[in-house]
Amino acid sequence: MKTEKSRLEKVLEKNFLAVTSECGPPRGSDPSEIIEKAELLKDHVDAINITDNQTAMTRMSSLAACIHVKQLGLEPVLQMVTRDRNRIALQSDVLGAASHGIKNVLCLSGDHQSFGDCKSGQNVHDIDSMQLVQTIRYMRDEGKFLGGDDIKVPPQMFVGAAANPFADPYEIRIPRLAKKVASGAEFIQTQCIYNLDKFEDWMKRVVDRGLHEKVHILAGMTPMKSAGMAKYMKNRVPGMDVPDELVKRLSDTPKEEQAQKGIDICIEDIQRLKEIDGLHGFHIMAIEWEEKVPEIVEKAGLYPRPSI
Amino acid sequence: MIVADKKPIDEVIETIKDYEKILLLGCNECVTVCEAGGKKEVEVLASALRMYFLNNGKKVSIEEKTLERQCDHEYLEEIRDVIDQYDAVLSLACGVGVQFTADKYLSTPVLPGVNTCFLGATEKRGVWTERCQACGKCILASTGGICPVSRCAKRVMNGPCGGSTNGKCELGPDTDCAWQLIINRLEAMGKMDEYEKLSPLKDWATDRAGGPRTVEREDIQS
Ligand code: SF4
Repeated sequence: MKTEKSRLEKVLEKNFLAVTSECGPPRGSDPSEIIEKAELLKDHVDAINITDNQTAMTRMSSLAACIHVKQLGLEPVLQMVTRDRNRIALQSDVLGAASHGIKNVLCLSGDHQSFGDCKSGQNVHDIDSMQLVQTIRYMRDEGKFLGGDDIKVPPQMFVGAAANPFADPYEIRIPRLAKKVASGAEFIQTQCIYNLDKFEDWMKRVVDRGLHEKVHILAGMTPMKSAGMAKYMKNRVPGMDVPDELVKRLSDTPKEEQAQKGIDICIEDIQRLKEIDGLHGFHIMAIEWEEKVPEIVEKAGLYPRPSI
Repeated sequence: MIVADKKPIDEVIETIKDYEKILLLGCNECVTVCEAGGKKEVEVLASALRMYFLNNGKKVSIEEKTLERQCDHEYLEEIRDVIDQYDAVLSLACGVGVQFTADKYLSTPVLPGVNTCFLGATEKRGVWTERCQACGKCILASTGGICPVSRCAKRVMNGPCGGSTNGKCELGPDTDCAWQLIINRLEAMGKMDEYEKLSPLKDWATDRAGGPRTVEREDIQS
């Protein structure tokens, strides 16, 4: 069985700037919420990431939500964290996803369970996110399970990982990306970018090492809803780099106009980043603000999406 | 060493309240070093319990003894002659000592008086930190001598995860990021090129996951 490549992979292969977005599954068994969110994004993105119990809050499984999205004719990116499942469950879910025609996967370690609603739960971490990338690539390319047995029909997955260009320690930002590429990651979605100068510097070093030729990097963009959100992201969210200047631009804007300002800044940022060497697309994460994604995509000049 | 911490006295009272003759059994090894279950702690706890039962008008006799080790047949035999005089043993040894005592004296209730916490080291008096999870297959040679299994909250083998901030773990400012420590060591030793080697999937069969473990050394068995 030869499966066609995912839309995301094809868009990237053809050198278009890809656009992805992200939705969180509902905290209940009614799928209508995820369906409504996905409908909002439908014509403006190439693929939609479906988060996997993000911030360790228990939700509908990413795989089930991906199936709902897929049934709408949209392309999901299955997010998989290594926190909750061992290598048996992970391999098994990859096969399950492939059986539903899901063709993109993003491998993550997942936030620690102490941030979520099951603080007293165990975490698994049988393998880590890079090893999950390796595992899925092995299943796909070698057609084998980790245990060595042949997989009857291997899963066709386009395999991605996350990267934080602003992460500590500074000295391993590029080596760590190189390691992800070596593990087999084919696309990278980055942490939200607010400090464009630093991101551009990171990208320059990515290009210097030639990593942009081995992996497709999608810049993570999240519009700020308010000055309050900017301050929170700056001070409270680990690994986030929010320049004072951005906080000030939002604080200097009247409250009722801050949301629009946030959108405008996001559009401006995308326009600036579109020009940089080696960047292959954007991952627009507008959490609980999905209705704004079409406006951002259109005004940033990323619409219409190419027909493949 | 094995690091243990005292159980709250209320919990101890709750577990022993139905017994009248209790042997409070300390251990001279790890729990003495971490000041949770040695001779001194046995004395202090025994006095507190006697006081409590006296004030509550309950006749409970508490006797004290501290063995050289509770994880050794030889020393545990020392109480064989007296064990039947007690309704229960309250052991201040680690979980190993409690179980070894229970194994040996089948009909005597043996109750834990401490919480066994981890394999760790003394940072300074009163502060102990975890260093090892006894996974059974040591990887310290390739991680700069710092263990990601015991010291990383996600036991990431190719770290750090995205949550590492200013050298601290995403759990918060009180926890060092193990991978920051690993990188510091690799840098100091001039071995940063090793960082880019991918760690293979770990074989957890020698860990808890593989079931109860045994070490057998035929060369020294008699
Ligand atoms: S921040 Fe560091 S120690 Fe904490 S989970 Fe991530 S890699 Fe492990």
